[in-house]
Amino acid sequence: MTRYLLRKFFIYCLTFVAAVTIDWSIPHLMPGNPVLTLMGRIQIQDPQVAQHVYANYMRSFNLDLPLWKQYYYFWVSLVHGDLGTSILQFPSPVSSIILHAAPYTLGLLVPAILLSWYVGNKLGALAARRKVLDNTLLPFGYMLTATPYMWFSIVLVWVFAITLHLAPVGFAYSPTAIRGFNTTFIFDLLHHWLLPFLSLFLVACGGWAIGMRNLIIYELESDYAHYLEALGAPRRLVRKYAFRNALLPQVTGLALALGAVIAGALVTEIVFSYPGLGYQIYRAITNEDYFVIQGIFLFIIVGVLIANFIIDIVYVIVDPRTRIGMEGGQA
Amino acid sequence: MSTADRTRERPLAPTAGEVATAGEDPVLDEVRPLSGVRETLYFAFRNKKLVFGLVVTTAMLAFAIVGPLIARHPPLAFGGRLGWAPTTREGYWFGTTLLGQDVFAQFVTGLRLAFIVGALGGGIAAVMGMLVGFTAGYRGGIVDELLNMLTNVVLVIPTFALLLVIAAYLNVRSIATEAIFIGLTSWPWAARALRAQTFSLTSRDFVSLARLSGSGSSKIIFKEIAPNMSSYLVMMFILLFGNAVLIAATLDFIGLGPSNTISLGMMMQLSVQNAALQLHLWWWFVPPGLALMTIVGSLYVMNVGLDEVFNPRLRNM
Repeated sequence: MTRYLLRKFFIYCLTFVAAVTIDWSIPHLMPGNPVLTLMGRIQIQDPQVAQHVYANYMRSFNLDLPLWKQYYYFWVSLVHGDLGTSILQFPSPVSSIILHAAPYTLGLLVPAILLSWYVGNKLGALAARRKVLDNTLLPFGYMLTATPYMWFSIVLVWVFAITLHLAPVGFAYSPTAIRGFNTTFIFDLLHHWLLPFLSLFLVACGGWAIGMRNLIIYELESDYAHYLEALGAPRRLVRKYAFRNALLPQVTGLALALGAVIAGALVTEIVFSYPGLGYQIYRAITNEDYFVIQGIFLFIIVGVLIANFIIDIVYVIVDPRTRIGMEGGQA
Repeated sequence: MSTADRTRERPLAPTAGEVATAGEDPVLDEVRPLSGVRETLYFAFRNKKLVFGLVVTTAMLAFAIVGPLIARHPPLAFGGRLGWAPTTREGYWFGTTLLGQDVFAQFVTGLRLAFIVGALGGGIAAVMGMLVGFTAGYRGGIVDELLNMLTNVVLVIPTFALLLVIAAYLNVRSIATEAIFIGLTSWPWAARALRAQTFSLTSRDFVSLARLSGSGSSKIIFKEIAPNMSSYLVMMFILLFGNAVLIAATLDFIGLGPSNTISLGMMMQLSVQNAALQLHLWWWFVPPGLALMTIVGSLYVMNVGLDEVFNPRLRNM
């Protein structure tokens, strides 16, 4: 078991190195000099001053050093938690921007991922091989899972916030709210959180329900299910066993689906002007604030790697076969 | 057991012709595939999900092809009345944007781009997945180890975040570069699935026979192994296609769409930016998302239908 987890850990370390390298190399591979772009924006008339400013910029971004040294310094500052400085929100460091935005994103994402997984699986298991439920639930599942996250958010905002006035249009709390740990403010936060959460939750739910429904049908057609039925086991028991077996691929699926849900959270935040990472990244993109984009990318990578590792550990706990297999020496 | 295995082991109801010639191998070889195709088609046309998915997708495709030809205004031209509701006057069938652009023209242009991005991005991802999956599964050993590691690394990286960084640095963006980058990042799960399939087929007798008869690796892969999972490959491509369409729309919505044109994702972005929600200009932001949902949803439904056709156990009896 430790060998299995160590192997996984190695893969994740490798992924992290690859991601950091990509993150560093993209600006270097792209045509054009970012400092020249910056110079173009500030438009200095005097050529001598311009040359000085240019040299200064080159030095402060370490662009005058040989490539390998630039790469080395990138790692050094990364280890120190330095992700650069935002151009748009000068002089806030990127790391503090991320730390301020991350709680909002995580507050949306984590409950949405876990609850949609749980509810979706339950619904899918209920629907499988039950004609009426299958025919009513399944089309909804397909519609939801095929819906672009941002469009669902847009429709929710338009219908529930703007037309019916049932929820706030956006932001994490009302502009008049006084921040503090009291019931009024927490209620205000929840009130603003509900709609973006629902938007993420429902779209993700559709995918899980369909996946589970299909897996249960596979399981119910397998030999052990038929055998149990032939022995006269009650249908409920057979379905219970089928559900447990079908749950395993869904645990793995959780790791695979992370990327899509995160992308969904980013665009949902944009629609709701919810001040999380997605909103920050949108502002950074429209204002060409590259360090923020790169920093958020690294933050997301680390988050995904940690989540993957947690899922691996859960898988080992849930599936006894991996434990026995591991002890037998198979990886 | 895998999909492809089930396809092969399907109990074929022998036709009269087959029974008569059952003793003679050469003839049998000619009759079998034909009856297999006929049987598949028989179930295909009776499968409501498959027919529904096919009809809707084809209709949308036809709309994407014909739409730009009948649009009366260029998609990016200004000049219409501002924020018109859908009308028959002056050809603004879907109304106009807040800036006076023709929503119909934008919509059909975006629809066309969605299909192009899906086909190109999904196609590139499928080719990458096949290359990696076939090679890893067939070669095994150290090649398999290395490719597996590569697959795992790309699989774990949240590709959307990666695409964000790449696209943000590209000054001039086109639909082709968007599709290429989507294709180059979304192949891992396909490669993984194909590797497993190839692995199980490689140990079969007919592959060993081909190897004994001196066929080269690429010939064995494309003549012996790939045809045996053709149904699987088709379904994989459909999923990759839908995936590429959704990723492209999300990228466009975040402001990283192609320059000098308009896509469905960009329509949604612009409508949100220009307060179309507050002004209730629903004809601006409802059609693009609805179209994406219809295309991708019908592709998914088609996929389940195909699965049931190729996979008798799943048919609802």
